[in-house]
Amino acid sequence: MSARDAILSRLRANRPAGDFPLPEVPAFAPLVGDDLVAEFTERLAKMGGRVEAAGGPADPFAPVRHRLNGAAVIASAVPELSGNRDLATVRKPGDLADVDVAVVRARFGVAETGSVLFTEGDLIVNSVAYLAQHLIVLLDPADLVVNIQAAYRRPEFGQAAYAVLHTGPSATADIEGVLIHGAQGVRSLTVLLLPRGVLPRGAQEA
Amino acid sequence: MSADDLTPRQTEDVLHREVRAPSDESERGPGGERLQHAEAASKPIRADAPREPQPRGAKVRGNRPIDQAEAAERFLAAPLHQKAHDERLWDVRRKRDVAAHGIPEWEELRELASQIKTHTLTHLDHYLEQFEAAAKANGVHVHWAEDGAAHNRIVLDILKKHGAKSLVKSKSMLTEECGFRHFMAANDIAVIETDLGERIQQLDEEEPSHVVMPAVHKTRLDVAEVFARTLGTDPDNDDAHYLAESQRETTRPLILQADAGLTGCNFAIAETGTVVTCTNEGNADLSGNVPPLQIHSIGIEKLIPKVEHLGVFIRLLSRSALGSPITQYTSHFRGPRAGTEMHMVLVDNGRSERLAMEEFWTSLKCIRCGACMNTCPVYRRSGGLSYGATYSGPIGLIIDPTFNKRKYSTLPFSSTMNGSCTNVCPVKINIHEQIFAWRKVLAEEHRIPLLKQGMMKAAGAVLSRPAAYRAAIQTADSALRVLPRFAVYNPANTWGKKREMPHAPRQSFHAWYRQNRMKKETDA
Ligand code: SF4
Repeated sequence: MSARDAILSRLRANRPAGDFPLPEVPAFAPLVGDDLVAEFTERLAKMGGRVEAAGGPADPFAPVRHRLNGAAVIASAVPELSGNRDLATVRKPGDLADVDVAVVRARFGVAETGSVLFTEGDLIVNSVAYLAQHLIVLLDPADLVVNIQAAYRRPEFGQAAYAVLHTGPSATADIEGVLIHGAQGVRSLTVLLLPRGVLPRGAQEA
Repeated sequence: MSADDLTPRQTEDVLHREVRAPSDESERGPGGERLQHAEAASKPIRADAPREPQPRGAKVRGNRPIDQAEAAERFLAAPLHQKAHDERLWDVRRKRDVAAHGIPEWEELRELASQIKTHTLTHLDHYLEQFEAAAKANGVHVHWAEDGAAHNRIVLDILKKHGAKSLVKSKSMLTEECGFRHFMAANDIAVIETDLGERIQQLDEEEPSHVVMPAVHKTRLDVAEVFARTLGTDPDNDDAHYLAESQRETTRPLILQADAGLTGCNFAIAETGTVVTCTNEGNADLSGNVPPLQIHSIGIEKLIPKVEHLGVFIRLLSRSALGSPITQYTSHFRGPRAGTEMHMVLVDNGRSERLAMEEFWTSLKCIRCGACMNTCPVYRRSGGLSYGATYSGPIGLIIDPTFNKRKYSTLPFSSTMNGSCTNVCPVKINIHEQIFAWRKVLAEEHRIPLLKQGMMKAAGAVLSRPAAYRAAIQTADSALRVLPRFAVYNPANTWGKKREMPHAPRQSFHAWYRQNRMKKETDA
């Protein structure tokens, strides 16, 4: 008998007596107020992230300009900004180890937790969201859902090969409870509130 | 600021003033406020110099029963370690309370989580078949392992087929259970742990002492010593940022060069064939997204039916574990990256047999949050390594004997039976009742010394009457902050030898909880 069949038949033979129906999960009332942007901002801050409103039409990236200016290698997965590392031509994921700043767009955000979601399509190369030193995330305020329950109703979880919720930067407190950002992944995560489809005039040079 | 400068409000949360650190190095938020997410302590806790040698875990001698009390003695004999450990875990437990109270439907969520798990476990054959079909449709290679040895062989086989010689992995209790690292070392495969705590433990050749915080029993001085010895860091620099950064810098090249990556699994969704991992460091995502070959090891009890059920568990897990609303990363691996292979290994290793144990099968609901460990006065004062088993603390007491009845026959006695573990468990496992049931089983099979049999009879008498049990605890000055007196001064108890109890509160858990909770509600 194969391992598979042995395991399955033991599970059938050992099934506990009794009726154990699958419960209905009720729709829980949101724990956040109506101002989802404010709630999202407050909660992400508690998780170590930052939220910035986009700059004016001349430079929507103004609030993160200092970060971009200080970066030697910028990998952009968004049309709003052209970096100097083309994600479409990366040979292997590890080649992105020298990226200083990655710019990506979130599919949606979750107000209750301050999370943002990416799929493999949004990241182009998944590893960029972890190997980069800093992550800048574009989020359309219209793409905020109220809570985790609403997030899991989104279709991405049944469609994407990879879907990930980021809630702040990489963190650890494994040494005496001292909180440290940039444990293995990004050292900072900044969300820039920028609606989709607002392409700045010309290409935004980094 | 020194401990003496603390306001009365702050001191009331301090168990051991000796480990209250004068300075604070934790990260700050945009407004300069102290951040407390992930496994961060809510206040600085520090075991100060002079350096005290780290107490080591239980002596494991083949199949011989583990003497947890002996190892605990040695932990207690290292007061700096013991106090920092106690303080740190009690702090996490308090953070958990605050997080739980922030959600009005908390109790409803626990009940739902429990019912979803019991339903899935009693229909596990069906959900595993569904999971397998979905995963295969997603282009995933699915493997089945009857035990830990089979799991290791399957993974080695996959690695050999790809000519892989090195593997980076994220934290997984299942692979600890399988003795994965030791097996791979014997087969010339370099395994590199990428979780900081787990990496510390790997470099020190020690097992993890806690399911969520593997190195929580170590002080920064211990870590500095391990890193100086293994990574060549400055032995006199015990700055936590320096140590963490040194680990990042030395691990990153290993991640980039690795031939394969492996993660464990927090939840596996039958409907979609998805493996879900929850980490704070993003190391599961590095393990899964950087190397050219990707493997996920899954305990078969991790199944849940649908994506909609995941929300219930995500809301419970990190709050119960660390008092944080969610982990930094919640990752859903469903299919391979273009041009690479993804393998999933479904591992039984005793789980299907446990399902047949009438009194103990519900322990399979466990989501490994560690809340029962953080709240347990015995665990906090003895350290996870004193249990000499993969799983320590209350959950360990009830599942370790299913792996080896003789070796772990004494563990169910390492409990004061205060019931707090059951109260905090997010999936409502009746942990303390199962601990008692194990004592009975082991006594009937004459696997325990007579001394402990007498102790058990006394416990049995009060436990059969819940009201009497509570009264017994009350009069014994029991509370969770410190070991209850009846456990300490009862001469029949191995826990009762010459332990000095600081400021034992005159409250039982129930009284304490009622008061504490009411206080919080009025505070809010
Ligand atoms: S038994 Fe419950 S409290 Fe303990 S680790 Fe498992 S889920 Fe958490």
